[in-house]
Amino acid sequence: MSQTLSPAAAKTPRFGEIGLAGVLAVLALLTAFIAVKAWTPGYAFHMVVLCLASVAGIYAIYLRYQKREAAWPPQELDGVPNYNFGPIKFCTLASVFWGIAGFTVGLYIALELAFPDLNFARWVNFGRLRPLHTSAVIFAFGGNILLATSLYIVQRTSRARLPGDLSPWFIALGYNLFIVIAGTGYLLGITHSKEYAEPEWYADLLLVAVWLTYFGVFLGTIMKRSEPHIYVANWFFLAFIVTIAVLVLGNNAAIPVSLFSPKSYIVWSGVQDAMIQWWYGHNAVGFYLTASFLGMMYYFVPKRAGRPVYSYRLSIIHFWALIFLYIWAGPHHLHFTALPDWAQTLGMTMSIILWMPSWGGMINGMLTLSGAWDKLRTDPVLRLLVVSIAFYGMSTFEGPLMSIKTVNSLSHYTDWTIGHVHSGALGWVGYISFGALYCIVPWLWNRRGLYSLKLVNWHFWISTIGIVFYISSMWVAGIMQGLMWRAYTSLGFLEYSFIETVEAMHPMYVIRALGGFLFLVGALIMAYNLYMTIVSPDAAEVPESRPSPQPRLVPAE
Amino acid sequence: MSTYEILRQFAATWGLAYFSVIFIVVVVYALWPSKGAAFDEAARIPLRED
Repeated sequence: MSQTLSPAAAKTPRFGEIGLAGVLAVLALLTAFIAVKAWTPGYAFHMVVLCLASVAGIYAIYLRYQKREAAWPPQELDGVPNYNFGPIKFCTLASVFWGIAGFTVGLYIALELAFPDLNFARWVNFGRLRPLHTSAVIFAFGGNILLATSLYIVQRTSRARLPGDLSPWFIALGYNLFIVIAGTGYLLGITHSKEYAEPEWYADLLLVAVWLTYFGVFLGTIMKRSEPHIYVANWFFLAFIVTIAVLVLGNNAAIPVSLFSPKSYIVWSGVQDAMIQWWYGHNAVGFYLTASFLGMMYYFVPKRAGRPVYSYRLSIIHFWALIFLYIWAGPHHLHFTALPDWAQTLGMTMSIILWMPSWGGMINGMLTLSGAWDKLRTDPVLRLLVVSIAFYGMSTFEGPLMSIKTVNSLSHYTDWTIGHVHSGALGWVGYISFGALYCIVPWLWNRRGLYSLKLVNWHFWISTIGIVFYISSMWVAGIMQGLMWRAYTSLGFLEYSFIETVEAMHPMYVIRALGGFLFLVGALIMAYNLYMTIVSPDAAEVPESRPSPQPRLVPAE
Repeated sequence: MSTYEILRQFAATWGLAYFSVIFIVVVVYALWPSKGAAFDEAARIPLRED
C-alpha cells in the first residue's frame, strides 16, 4: 500500500478524541440510568441535563473531527506562536453574559429585601436566589473572565500555544456546564447550604475534572514556554489554580446518601466543619477573588499604561507574602462562636498582617502609572483599572479592620459585611474585570480598538455612582443595625426588637437597590459596546478628550 | 501524646521553620543586587510581545 497519502486520506481520530468521546458515552449511559432511578425530580432533571450534555459533547467532537485538518495545528505561524484563542473568546462572551445575569439577580434580591412581597414563589425567594447571585457573579462572571484572561496571559507571556486540542474546549464548556448545574440546583433547592460551596457532590465532581484539566493546560503552557522567565502574573494564576483545587477537595469531602440522591454529608462535623468551611470560604476570597485578579492587574495595567510594573522585586515579595498569609485568615469569620479562642485570635492577627502584602500589591499597581498619570484623563479603560486598585486598597484595609474582635462584635452579621464584600466585589473584582474585558475583546477579535471610549466613560461614571450608593448605604445600615442590636434600656432590657431594626433599614435597602441598578446599567452599556466592537471590523478608538492644548505663548512685552 | 498534639507540635516547630526559610530565601532572591537587570527585563515581558 502506498505510503504517500494525501492529508485528507491520512486523517484518523486522535487518542484524545476517541478517549473523550468514550468517557462521554459512558457518562451519558450512567446519567440516563441515574435519571430513571433518581429519588427527586430535581436530581433527575440534572441527570437529564448531564446526559444531553454528554451526547452533545460526542456530537461536537464528531463535527470537529469532520472539519479539522489531519495534522495537528502548527505551534507557530510566520514565526509567531499560533495562539489558541477559540475557547478564550467563548469564555469572554460567557463572562459578559453571566455578569449581566448575576447583576440582574442581585438587583432582584436587593429589591426583595426592600420589598418582601417580591418573594412570591419558592423558586425565586431570597434564600434560593442569593446563592444564585453570588455564584453567578463570582464563579460564572468572575470564573469565565479568569479562564479567559489566564489562558490568554499565559500564552502571550510564555510565547507558547496552549497544549492539547480538545482540553482547552473541555475546560471552557465543562466549566460553564458546572455553572448551569450549580445554578439551576439552587433554584430547585439542591444545595450544600455552605457559603460559596453550595454545589452538591456530582457538580463538584464535574468541577474537579474541569479544574485538573485547567491545571494541566496552564502548567503545560508554562512548561513549553519560549520565554525563559515565568512572568509574575502566571505565578498568581498558578497559585489560584492549585489552591482552589485543594480548597474544593477539602471542603467537599462529602459522602452522597446514595448514587440516586443529590444529597451528601460532609465527613467533618460541628466546629471542625465550620472551620474547614471558612478556611475554604476566606481563601476563596483570597485566591479566587484576589490572587487571580492580581494576576490580571500585573498584566493589564502595564499593558494599558504602556509601562512596566513599578517594581518587579516588590511583585515577587508581594506574591509570596500574600500566599503565605492569606491561608490563615479564615477563622475571623467565626469570631464569638464555638471555635477555640486561640484560633479566633490567630485568624484576627493574620488578617491584620495581611495589610502589608495587600497594600504592597496595591502600591505596586498604582505606581505602575507613575509618569503616565495623564493617561487617566484620556483613557477611561485605564481609569477603570486604577479605580479597581483603589477599591482593592480600600477593601483590604476595611477587611482586617473588621476582623478585629472589638470591631467585629459590632459588624458581624450586619449589612456592614455585605457592604465590605461589595466594595471588593463591585469595585475591585468588577472593575478589573471590566478593564480586562475592554482590553481583551479588541485584541481577540483583531480590532484596532473599542467601538466607543465615550460609552466606557459612561459605564465608568454610572457604575461608580452605583458603587458609592451601594457601599455607603450598607455602612449606614450595618452600623445602625449593630448599634440597635446592642442597645439596652436603663432597666437592662433590649431596646429594639429585631423587626424594628429591619424597618429602620428599609430606606437604606432602597438606596442599595438603586446602586445595584446603576451598576447593572453600566454593565449593559459595556455589553453593547463590546458587541459593537466585535461586529464592526473597523472599530478604532479615538481618545475620549482632545489632548490638552499647549500653554499659549505669551508674547514678550 | 495525642495525634493532635504531635501534629500541632510539628506545625509549630518544623512547619514554622520550613515556611520561614522559604520566605527568607524568596526575599533574598528578590532583593539580590545583581538580579536588577534581569528583573527589569522580566517586567517588560508583557510590553515586548509581538
